[in-house]
Amino acid sequence: MTIHPVILWTDALIFALLAAVLVLVWLIRRQEHLRAPWRVVAQRPMAMGAALVLGVFVSIGLLDSLHYRAQLPDSPADAPQYSVEVLSVFDALVDGLRARQEKTYSAPLAMQLYAKEFVQRDGVTVRDSSRLQHGGAHLAQADARLPDITRRALAGAAQGALASLLVFAGLAVWQARRMQTSPGAWLAAWRGGRLDWPARTVVLMVATMLMLGGVMMQLAAGYHVFGTDKVGQDVLYISLKSIRTGLVIGTLTTLVTLPLAIGFGIAAGYFRGWVDDVIQYVYTVLNSIPGVLLIAAAVLIVQVYIESNPDIFDTAAARADIRLLALCLIMGVTSWTGLARLLRGESLKLRTLDYVEAARAFGVSNARIISRHIFPNVFHLVLIAIVLDFSGLVLAEAVLSYIGVGVDPAMYSWGNMINGARLELAREPVVWWQLGAAFAFMFTLVLAANLFADGVRDAFDPRLGGRR
Amino acid sequence: MLAYILRRLLYAIPILIGVNLLTFTLFFVVNTPDDIARLQLGAKHVTPEAIERWKVEHGYDKPLMLNAAAAGSAQFTDTIFFKHSAAMFVFEFGKGDDGRNIGNEIRTRMGPSLAIALPVFVIGLLVNITFALLMVFFRATYLDLWGVVLCVVLMSISGLFYIIAGQYFIAKLWNLLPISGFAGGIDGIRFILLPVLVGVVAGIGSGSRWYRTIFLEEIGKDYVRTARAKGLGEVRVLFRHVLKNGMIPILTGAVVVLPLLFMGSLITESFFGIPGLGSYTIDAIQAQDFAVVRAMVFLGSFLYIVGLILTDISYSWVDPRVRLQ
Repeated sequence: MTIHPVILWTDALIFALLAAVLVLVWLIRRQEHLRAPWRVVAQRPMAMGAALVLGVFVSIGLLDSLHYRAQLPDSPADAPQYSVEVLSVFDALVDGLRARQEKTYSAPLAMQLYAKEFVQRDGVTVRDSSRLQHGGAHLAQADARLPDITRRALAGAAQGALASLLVFAGLAVWQARRMQTSPGAWLAAWRGGRLDWPARTVVLMVATMLMLGGVMMQLAAGYHVFGTDKVGQDVLYISLKSIRTGLVIGTLTTLVTLPLAIGFGIAAGYFRGWVDDVIQYVYTVLNSIPGVLLIAAAVLIVQVYIESNPDIFDTAAARADIRLLALCLIMGVTSWTGLARLLRGESLKLRTLDYVEAARAFGVSNARIISRHIFPNVFHLVLIAIVLDFSGLVLAEAVLSYIGVGVDPAMYSWGNMINGARLELAREPVVWWQLGAAFAFMFTLVLAANLFADGVRDAFDPRLGGRR
Repeated sequence: MLAYILRRLLYAIPILIGVNLLTFTLFFVVNTPDDIARLQLGAKHVTPEAIERWKVEHGYDKPLMLNAAAAGSAQFTDTIFFKHSAAMFVFEFGKGDDGRNIGNEIRTRMGPSLAIALPVFVIGLLVNITFALLMVFFRATYLDLWGVVLCVVLMSISGLFYIIAGQYFIAKLWNLLPISGFAGGIDGIRFILLPVLVGVVAGIGSGSRWYRTIFLEEIGKDYVRTARAKGLGEVRVLFRHVLKNGMIPILTGAVVVLPLLFMGSLITESFFGIPGLGSYTIDAIQAQDFAVVRAMVFLGSFLYIVGLILTDISYSWVDPRVRLQ
């Protein structure tokens, strides 16, 4: 089977961003004064634990950004035709989750549908909930369900524990060789917390995640771990697919914000005079318009554009993608003002410092003063703003999708999940799993991002010093 | 002082014109006046004459920005933009596309919005300051550390979760309060309690953490050391000195949002069915009622600017070292 790779706009931007981050990492590694604060971040247990969780989320998001269209099975080999459905590498990895559709709602780990219907049983028509097509289909009796779930959970936990033991052993051998001691001595140092990085937290975190992953995989093979939604799709699958949307909104929006904030903020502070007046005018105007209204208007514009130019977008995924990109763009345009004001204030201070005066006296050009003397000295503010904004943007997506001006309704996102499940709480018994899964995933990502951001801020903000 | 306020208010005029221009452009990129007329008239009566009549009635029968047919300054004044914007500067909002008077709507909806927003603001401020002071009192202990972690956890929970969980548990499961709705007078209190509770709880995380940093910054200053050197107890230092000085950044930060309380909260109001200005705005966005959206944007921007001016005034009021010029 051949495939036809699809590069959506956000895919391209995400991988460009990844490349930029890698280049930045390479640059930072070469400069001792840039490495020092990162080393402080790496010494904080909470930040490192959060970074591991973020790493898992980012890996899923990246795998989910490699899109393709599969060849239709009955199309000729010399003139292949491709499915209109855009899949990703992540879809291929969890193909079982995607394919195992039920009829409608079913509770987590259930083997019956949520709704009761009339079924034929032993010749009589009774009102009962029918068995699921996939969830627990391997069981003959309903009372075999709990022992089976327990067995699977234990097996998954054991597999996870085994995997983490292997990882731990590998780590111990590698670290012992690096530090030129015996693995036994390294273990003793690890247990006593005498290493220069939070090894205990990292090992504990990795073990927890591996065990959790093992349990999930074992259970997901036979059941719907978080149940199914209205059209019978696995909620775990939807939640995992939503990770990419959250990450795209959190990162690409910042990508739009940065050039505006850095450019305008530093220009206003450094040049002062009429430049400052114009920029201040622009950001006061933008700031004083309630952000939701700006976003709503812009999303409507994009919607009209998409509807009037259907031939540009060949798949539904491309249409949803362009709306996501537009949302990032407009959120970026509305949110650069805070950072710009901060950078303006800092540049106002910096421009009067002796080394800037000296550079000016030597006839160094403005562009060079800004890039060599001003920008490196405000860089920590930019970095702190990036990590602090991320979590707020992920949370904002849910709210915007609720009002109806967020991502495309067909797109997998936590906001859409919440919006779709909100009214189902009125049912009896309650359909809670869709809301629960969306909030749990969103909470995990945002909490990890917040804890990591705290670590970064404490390490980079010179005002805080040693005190927290 | 008066001259300062007057000058600031004059500065506000170009900003408000800019705001108007921006919302106007954004909305008319999407919709032509014909589209709006068609949307409002519904599918049944769409004859070209009906559209023309609707446009004349609502003042959409002129060119958008520039009237080339007119002479002199009428080129600019005889347009949709001018006719609809100029009146707003004297707070004459006209009628919404549904025929209702916007000014009246704003006046009647202001009350419910304030009934929610004001208690949330005041109680939230008190609760957050209390938590922040507690954390500062136990600073550098495990209590403080876990307090901060708790704040981060609370911050990481989506605001929608607080609302949905509050409605589900308190109103539906335990039947303590009504799920949504609003009533005037003393009877309305039971409708207000839940949104206020949710609003306060949702703000605790970020609020107390922010105030904690402010108090910690104060506590490192020289006057605190002096107070301790005099032999004052920790409680007295915190409440007499740190709290008083910490109030300067807290108050000025709070004053900015004070006028915006009139606008209410978009999400809370629409979830709890409060007939306030926030739900009014959301309804207008969804119905694409340009007249209402523009009025609300104008009002929001105006209140924001008032907030900025009040901030400056309150600065000079609580901190005599600051002079307005």
